[in-house]
Amino acid sequence: MSRHTLSVLVENKSGVLARVSALFSRRAFNIESLAVGPTENPDLSRMTIVVDAESQPLEQITKQLNKLIEVIKIVELDSAAAVQRELLLVKVRAPMADRTQVLQTAELFRAHVVDVNTDTVTLEATGTPDKLQALLAVLAPLGIKEMAQSGTVALGRGPRSMSGAGTLRPVERTG
Amino acid sequence: MTSTTPSGSATREAAEALTGVETTARSVEEAAAEPLTGLTGAQSLVRSLEAVGVEVVFGIPGGAILPAYDPLFDSRVRHVLVRHEQGAGHAAQGYASATGRVGVCIATSGPGATNLVTPLADAYMDSVPIVAITGQVPTAAIGTDAFQEADIRGITMPITKHNFLVTDAREIPQRIAEAFHLASTGRPGPVLVDIPKDVLQATTDFSWPPRLDLPGYKPTTRPHGKQVREAAALIAAARRPVLYVGGGVLKAQATAELAELVELTGAPVVTTLMARGAFPDSHPQNLGMPGMHGNVTAVTALQKADLIVALGARFDDRVTGQLSTFAPNAKVVHADIDPAEIGKNRKADVPIVGDARETIAELLPALRAEHEAGRTPDLTTWWAQLDDWRTRYPLGYDWPEDGSLSPQYVIERLGAIAGPDAVYTSGVGQHQMWAAQFVKYEKPGTWLNSGGLGTMGYAVPAAMGAKYGCPDTTVWAIDGDGCFQMTNQELATCAIEGIPIKVALINNGNLGMVRQWQTLFYEGRYSNTKLHPVDAEGRPKPVRIPDFVALAEALGCVGLRCESKDDVDAVIEKAMAIDDAPVVIDFVVGADAQVWPMVAAGASNDDILAARGLRPVFGDGQV
Repeated sequence: MSRHTLSVLVENKSGVLARVSALFSRRAFNIESLAVGPTENPDLSRMTIVVDAESQPLEQITKQLNKLIEVIKIVELDSAAAVQRELLLVKVRAPMADRTQVLQTAELFRAHVVDVNTDTVTLEATGTPDKLQALLAVLAPLGIKEMAQSGTVALGRGPRSMSGAGTLRPVERTG
Repeated sequence: MTSTTPSGSATREAAEALTGVETTARSVEEAAAEPLTGLTGAQSLVRSLEAVGVEVVFGIPGGAILPAYDPLFDSRVRHVLVRHEQGAGHAAQGYASATGRVGVCIATSGPGATNLVTPLADAYMDSVPIVAITGQVPTAAIGTDAFQEADIRGITMPITKHNFLVTDAREIPQRIAEAFHLASTGRPGPVLVDIPKDVLQATTDFSWPPRLDLPGYKPTTRPHGKQVREAAALIAAARRPVLYVGGGVLKAQATAELAELVELTGAPVVTTLMARGAFPDSHPQNLGMPGMHGNVTAVTALQKADLIVALGARFDDRVTGQLSTFAPNAKVVHADIDPAEIGKNRKADVPIVGDARETIAELLPALRAEHEAGRTPDLTTWWAQLDDWRTRYPLGYDWPEDGSLSPQYVIERLGAIAGPDAVYTSGVGQHQMWAAQFVKYEKPGTWLNSGGLGTMGYAVPAAMGAKYGCPDTTVWAIDGDGCFQMTNQELATCAIEGIPIKVALINNGNLGMVRQWQTLFYEGRYSNTKLHPVDAEGRPKPVRIPDFVALAEALGCVGLRCESKDDVDAVIEKAMAIDDAPVVIDFVVGADAQVWPMVAAGASNDDILAARGLRPVFGDGQV
């Protein structure tokens, strides 16, 4: 299965998130993660959507997204040409005997400790999805009590911007 | 159309450019000249409808939308009071499909709005330009489960091209202009505008024309020159081409350009269910309708083609059958205004995004250039093949063995007598397929039906809308008795409002299409398809429930009945002569008539059956 990251510029209007998720749901497109937030332009929001698709359904996904009136532009962000980050908060069991190990793991992954008590330690980590997976794999044997992971946000490398003139490889329209 | 002031004509042009809808100079000038401040939102709404050129709306008032009905009372916009909001929606569709203008329906909040869901979904599937205006509970009450509250914006998100919830009365002109623009441009479709009651009652300003704020909407209408030239090259080189014409050609009003293209290519044409009338049935190059119930030649031509030129068509599953075995040797040129349709079901070798009329218009000189360079195709062998199939597998039907009236005969005679200048609407089912097969369509806009969604009950209200839009045209609704019982209440509207449609009720006392499937695939176990009363042994009782003639007369129409072959012509002529009331003819037909040919659902087009158990034999030496 192939993961594709789409950066979608949408109008900052109520209901746009519902429209996009409803589109994915009824067309049976698989969303791995979705993050939405403001942009440098107050009238526009950015949705970063990671989809799990083969390349042909991906073309359909982007074409159907483009049909939504409030979608302005869609760009596929290549992992080589973009910076991708997720945020992870993880509450891990850390009785005194294991505490050092937890803290050392945190240091290795440049994670911060944001909560501490006699039983658990909560770590905050940012990074690529792969890095966070690796961190979780190391913590798993200790016992992960709870976790919250954000969706991926991504920006293309280089000087250009999506809403400015010229873009990164926009998803091609046929014809 | 002259304008008395220079600013008036500029405003009209600007309004037309904005909305794509013709406005009358008078309406825009008056709209601009009348008071611009201190209006209610309701007055602003009605003024906007006038400015955008609406001549008729179909609707039913209610609590939330009530403020809008007061200015509507003396507006130049005519309001037709229907009997069910579904009727209003289908009437808006029929009006739009017959006239080319945007149809408008109005409903109140809650159940009024939810009754529009079926026609909105229907318009969405068939790309019909309608605007639905719904009342909504006051803004402060939204989300509190208020009386007659429904999240119609949420409910209709998947079935509208776009929808709006108006939160400020000042936005009304802009939202209306945007709604009409979205409905009528690009791939047409339904747009819903939901207006809370307090917004209608608020005081506001009105100005026209508004600026459209749709930064994410830029439909491509002009085709790419390189793609067009590639398509022309493929067409000139093909030995077994087929022009696969869909509803998009009618929406683009491209029938004249299409006729030129057909002559230029010498190629055969198939017209889908949504495109009947886009090319005359009488023309020798017209093979007729492809699809699940298309004729053998049209279906097989697509299967055996080496080039399919799809114009405003979407490779729907009814036409392609099993996709993996559809037209295995054909290259595909796919021209459509919606880029999402291209490559959705079938890979396009030459994709062309653009308006059908502009695309065909560009294709003509490109093709002539190919011919001038000596690249002219020789289609003699292909035509010999097609003519052979046409001779061996024509459309036909058997007279019912029990001597009852043949529904196909009735429809054939109706088409012959009412002629190609009439407009025909239909419901969904066997009668719909026979109407598509046995009426000869020569002109665009003369065949209206629910293709994509397949909504039973479409016929009568759509005929009402079509007749309103084309008052000088004879409009026939060909309906089934199952469908008729879903929306016949609109006949009362027709009788009272002076909309004299004619209804040919193909009454077989059953849900015919479902019954056919039960005959063929469920060993004749007729589960819940009988619409007539039966005795303890399951035999039909000799009593009519309902008595359609009595029902028609109760609804203010002339009711006629026909039960034998000899009466058919006479009763149709009698109906044709009545123009001051709607007419319903109850044609009592046999229950066992079947629709053929058939490609069973999910089957390959290669497995088409010309009649029950009759597989066409193509023999050796086939192309």
